[in-house]
This record gives sequence, C-alpha cells and structure tokens, in this order.
Amino acid sequence: MPVAPATGLRGKDLVGIDPLSAGEIQLLLDTAEQMREVAERPIKKVPALRGKTVVNLFFEPSTRTRFSFEVAEKRLSADSLNFAASASSVEKGETLIDTARNLEAMQPDFIVIRHRYAGAPHRLARILKASVINAGDGAHEHPTQALLDALTIRLHRGTLEGQVVAIFGDLQFSRVVRSNVLLLSRMGAKVRVGGPPSLVPPGIEQLGCEVYHRMEDAIAGADVVMMLRIQLERQSRVNFPTVREYYDFFALTPERLKLARKDCLVMHPGPMNRGVEIDSRVADGPQSVILEQVTNGVAVRMAVLYLLAGGQGEPASD
Amino acid sequence: MSRLLIKHARVVDPTQKLDHGLDLLLVDGRVEKLAERIQDSRAELLDATGLVAAPGFVDVHVHLREPGYEYKETVATGSAAAVAGGFTGVCCMPNTQPVIDNAAVVEFVRSRAAEVGLARVYPIGAVSKGLAGEELAEIGEMVRAGAVAFSDDGKPVHNAQLMRKVLEYASLFGAPVIDHCEDAHLNAGGVMHEGAASTRLGLRGIPAASEEIMVARNVALAELTGGHVHIAHLSTRGAVERVREARARGARVTCEVTPHHLALTDQAVVDSDYDTNTKMNPPLRSTEHVEALIGAVRDGTVDCFATDHAPHHDDEKALEFDLAPFGVVGLETAIPVTYDLLVRRHKLPLRRFVALWSSNPARLFRLPGGTLAPGSPADVTLFDPDAHDVVDPERFRSRSRNTPFTGQRLRGWPVATIVGGKVVWQRPRR
Repeated sequence: MPVAPATGLRGKDLVGIDPLSAGEIQLLLDTAEQMREVAERPIKKVPALRGKTVVNLFFEPSTRTRFSFEVAEKRLSADSLNFAASASSVEKGETLIDTARNLEAMQPDFIVIRHRYAGAPHRLARILKASVINAGDGAHEHPTQALLDALTIRLHRGTLEGQVVAIFGDLQFSRVVRSNVLLLSRMGAKVRVGGPPSLVPPGIEQLGCEVYHRMEDAIAGADVVMMLRIQLERQSRVNFPTVREYYDFFALTPERLKLARKDCLVMHPGPMNRGVEIDSRVADGPQSVILEQVTNGVAVRMAVLYLLAGGQGEPASD
Repeated sequence: MSRLLIKHARVVDPTQKLDHGLDLLLVDGRVEKLAERIQDSRAELLDATGLVAAPGFVDVHVHLREPGYEYKETVATGSAAAVAGGFTGVCCMPNTQPVIDNAAVVEFVRSRAAEVGLARVYPIGAVSKGLAGEELAEIGEMVRAGAVAFSDDGKPVHNAQLMRKVLEYASLFGAPVIDHCEDAHLNAGGVMHEGAASTRLGLRGIPAASEEIMVARNVALAELTGGHVHIAHLSTRGAVERVREARARGARVTCEVTPHHLALTDQAVVDSDYDTNTKMNPPLRSTEHVEALIGAVRDGTVDCFATDHAPHHDDEKALEFDLAPFGVVGLETAIPVTYDLLVRRHKLPLRRFVALWSSNPARLFRLPGGTLAPGSPADVTLFDPDAHDVVDPERFRSRSRNTPFTGQRLRGWPVATIVGGKVVWQRPRR
C-alpha cells in the first residue's frame, strides 16, 4: 500500500532515519526527485536557500559526502562554510560542544556534521538552534546515504515496496547498513543483511531485516544487491583472516551475481575496495548503478536542506 | 556524656531478628538499650514516628577521589554525600592519585575522614602497586593502617597468578579481595552492553561473557586457595549463576550489586539519546540480566548492595559518549532507588533490605556496626518508607552530579543519619 507523503518534516534536525515516519521519508524522496531536475537546467541553481548559511562540520575525512553536500548547498544558493577538524581548534583540545557553540555564535542556519563517534549529532541537535544534519556518525546512522540509495532503487523500480534488497559486508562498523535497514523496512522492502559472522552485530534483525552469513544465500533472487565497504582502517586483525580470503568467500563476483534476479541492481556507497568486496567486472558492469547513487546524493541533500528550511510542496523556482 | 533517645521508631535489625515499634537509647557512642518505652530525662529526643530505624547503612564500593581528583570529589564532599544518602560508613576504592597502595595513603584518607567527622571511611587498599597488575602491594602494612579489603577496582586483576597470590596472602588478615570482573580483550573499545540496543545505537558493545569469564576464573581461584573473593558490581545472569553454583559448593565467593544495575536497562541509553550518565562499567544490561539480578537479590545470592559511587565532573561527562568516562554517582539516590524497586515493587521483606545495606556488608568486610545490639556502635540510619521525592542533582552534597536518575519520583528517603550517637545529617524540611 503506498504511503501518503507528509506535508513537512516534524523535526528541526535530521539526525537519523529512525525518527522519521514513512510519510516523511516519502516526502523526502518525492522532493529529491523534483530536485533532480535542477541539475538538468543550463543554470543549475535555485534561490530556495538564498541568505541561509550552512556549516559543513567534518570531524572525519570525507570526500564524496562533503562534496555532495556542498554541491547541494550551492544549487540551493546557500552560503556554505567548510570546517575540517584537522585544521581546527579540535587539535587544541576544544570540545565538540564548545566548537559547535562558537560556530552557532556566528548564526548559521544549518550544521552538517560528520563525526567518528555515534551520537555526536544528537548531542549538538539538543543544544543548538540551527538545524543539524547527520552526515554520518560512527557506526550509527548515515541518513542521507540511505535516502539516496532508496531514491536510486525507486527510480529504477518505481517503488520500494516488496523489493528484495540484500546488503552484504561489514555490518558491525557500518552506519550505511543501519540507516538503510531502517528506511527500507519502513517503506515495505524485504531486507536481507549478511556478512562474515564475525562482522554481524547482535540483534541487527531487530532493525527490520533477516540475517544471512553465506553470500550465496543472501543474494539468491534479490532485486538489489548493496555491497558495503570493508573498512580496512577500522578492522582489528581478528575480524577476518585476509583480504584475499574475504574476496574468495564474500565478494560480489559475476558468478555470484548470477544467483540474483537477472536485472538485479548493483549498489555500493563508496569508496569501493575493488577486488575486495566487489569485483571490477561487476562494479563497472551493466547492472551497476553506483554512479547514479552519487548523482542522486546531491538531489537528496538538496531535498533535506530545502525541507528542513521549511519548504513545502514544489521547490521554489525563479 | 552524650545521650540520644529515638522514640517511636520501627526498629528493623536483622541481626536481632527485630522488626518492631521500639525506642532506642544511644549513650556515649554506643547502643545502650532497645525497649518498647524508654524514659530518660537527660537524653536529647528524636521523634521517629513513621520512620524505620536500622543499623547504619554501609556502602562498600565508593570512589572518594582524594587524593588526586579533588575536582570530582573529596573525602569531605563524599562523606557529606554519604550521610545525606543515609550511609554511616563507606569503603573507598584505591584508584586515587597517588594510589592507595601503601600504609601512608591509607592513613592520609583516614585522617581526612576523621577531620571531616561525618561518615566512617574505610579505605580499600590496592592489590598491586600502582594498580599496575604486576607486583603485590604491601597488604599487611595497609591492614595495620586500617585498610579493610583489597582491590584494583576500575581494572580487573588480569594476571591469574597475582590473583591467586593475593587471595592466599590476604587470607592471613581475613581481608576480602574485591575484583572488578571483565576481560579486556573482549571489551575492546566497548562503551555499553552488547546487544540489540548497542547495535541500534552503533556503539561498541561489552558482552556479558566478558564479566562471566572473569567471575568463573575468580571462583576457580577462590576454590583453589580458600581465599575470600568478593565480586564487585555483579551485572549478568551468567555471573549470578557462577556465584550461585560456587556458593553451593562452599566456596568463599560473595558479591554486590548496584542500584543502577537493578533499576535500569540498556534501553536507558537509547531513551536518553546517548546521555553519558547512562555510561558505566559494567554497563547497564538488558532485561534478562536485570531480571536475573533481581532474582538473585531475592534468593540471597547477592550479599549486599553497593553504589559504585563514581563522581565525574560535568565537563568530563559533557563529551561524546565514546569519550566520556564510565561511572555515575550513587550515594544520594541509593536508598530510594533500591527501596522503591525492591521493597515496594518486588515485595522484598524490609528485614532483608536492611541486611543487604547494613548487617551483610558489615559482616563480610568485618566492619564495626551492622547491628543495633546493645554495646555496638551507635550508627543508625533513619528513613521514611513513605516519603516521596524527585531526584534533583542540584541538591546533592557530592561535588558531582552525574546521575542517571534525574527527575525520577521515588519513595523511601533517608531522614537522619547517626554516627557514633551523633546526628550528623537530617533531611532539611521543605
């Protein structure tokens, strides 16, 4: 049964998918679909956020997500400032809250935050007047990633309902999987998650998914396969033996992809470890929508900013 | 000569199997007598109508932070918090700076407590020098200076050989060895209980097995040595089972459980949206574990309550969940949290409740008190089982306010605390 879109977002912030209703998700996706059109124009800019200030507060290195937010902000005519933790007072020992309060004193309207620790955006959201947008917090949530993944699936399939989506890889350290399971299950998709048993956190099924350990079982008959990045930098040496063995048992290869539906979409949130969790023949193959995900990321982030700014219905055009 | 006459109290003393309306006369720091009606024209009167009078409550697990971390707590502020929470005595952990690992630091803490003159303070000495887990500290000298037990609390004693030796050596002095049970490798980076809640929040988990492995090891070592091991802040079902089995075999294994592990689950971390006052170690566990702990209180597997009062400065707790220190304060909420939960909701007999806070810990740690038998120290906790109040950290005497119970309405609050026959604290009328 299709969900009626909400008329606006209830909260001041977007800290995760968890607090969103199905109607709010629907509204975000519908709005993002309209935002895609802005990129098709000769002048890729609308004045929706003119005079608004956005601070991109990145405590963790990120290229894709930060650029994507920046592009979204520019297309909406917002003024954006980039704050990279390495070049900041964080190195001088300033606390997160002090950093945020100082930024707030400059009266921004939005703070987009990426942080290595779960819950950091929630902390800021509670104390700041600005709208806080979570661009990834630890192994917790990455809501705009889940929204862009959902938009990509919806554009290909028309709906999320009933889609069998297999998400495979390092579940323990992945914020992408948590946000995706919450969103997709809320919108009626059938979500399977899987990975080596040593990288599956307990109770993940309670987010709204079934757990598989063997890659072949997870992708059998799937409509969408989403591979997660093995975060090599976060692994201790006991989680799995070697990258070589990981590829052998858990990578998405052309042979394994044959077990899924014929037109199964192949997705990856990036950055990819080619030859580790995904074979290049699949990543670059005809079923891959990995670069479309990136394009849709801009539209989704525009929608988030626009709706949090109070926009309703059609995005403002000149 | 001091004389204090407590009139019309409901005297609950498990050591004398008492639960009656009685008067209680305290003379020169000792219990003089208990009787239905005592007349004494020279004594100061304290009307205890509607109140329970119990042998002084003792908290065998607190962190007073002095010397070294006076910005979190001092012997003075911690003692004030203790008596305001209804405690006449506390045992303080040695993870100070310098560590309580020699007689001089034991004497320092005791002399500070004597100057303050509120609660009785019993230092717990370190098992190992500098809490480094390598060399045995001077156990005998510390006993002579007044240490009542030994622990490397905050850290487990990882080295099984060291644990074996301290159990053997401390038995010479009759002192229990307290262990904070966790396996450091299994804990690696964990900040809350491992389960569905930690997965949802994306926080690293501390599995129940981490505690259970160390409890099982300590049981084996208690059986090997005949020494007395006391398990600090027991928090899991498996740990309860290990202790229960060990006791059935006659091993000298005792344990404590904290009010917060009984009253809260890991859902508190979710519901509070990463409030760092729900971060402690061991962590708040899931419902199945909490139910097992309540069962263990009821069936007598748990010997005593203890708060693990762990003051931290607001600035430290105002960090990201991963970066904030573990621990919560407990002294000023312990009685109402446990009374409301166990006596009111779970119908624990009042006499058992008093035993868990008073006679049992006093017996285990061989402390004076824990009884109102004539001739014993005149340490009395008076509390009102019907008093309602809301937890308000702004009213704490402790220097820190890191409690997970802010705003909770609870029943069963302390009203007066008497140490050595002297009223050292009375609940302000509001």
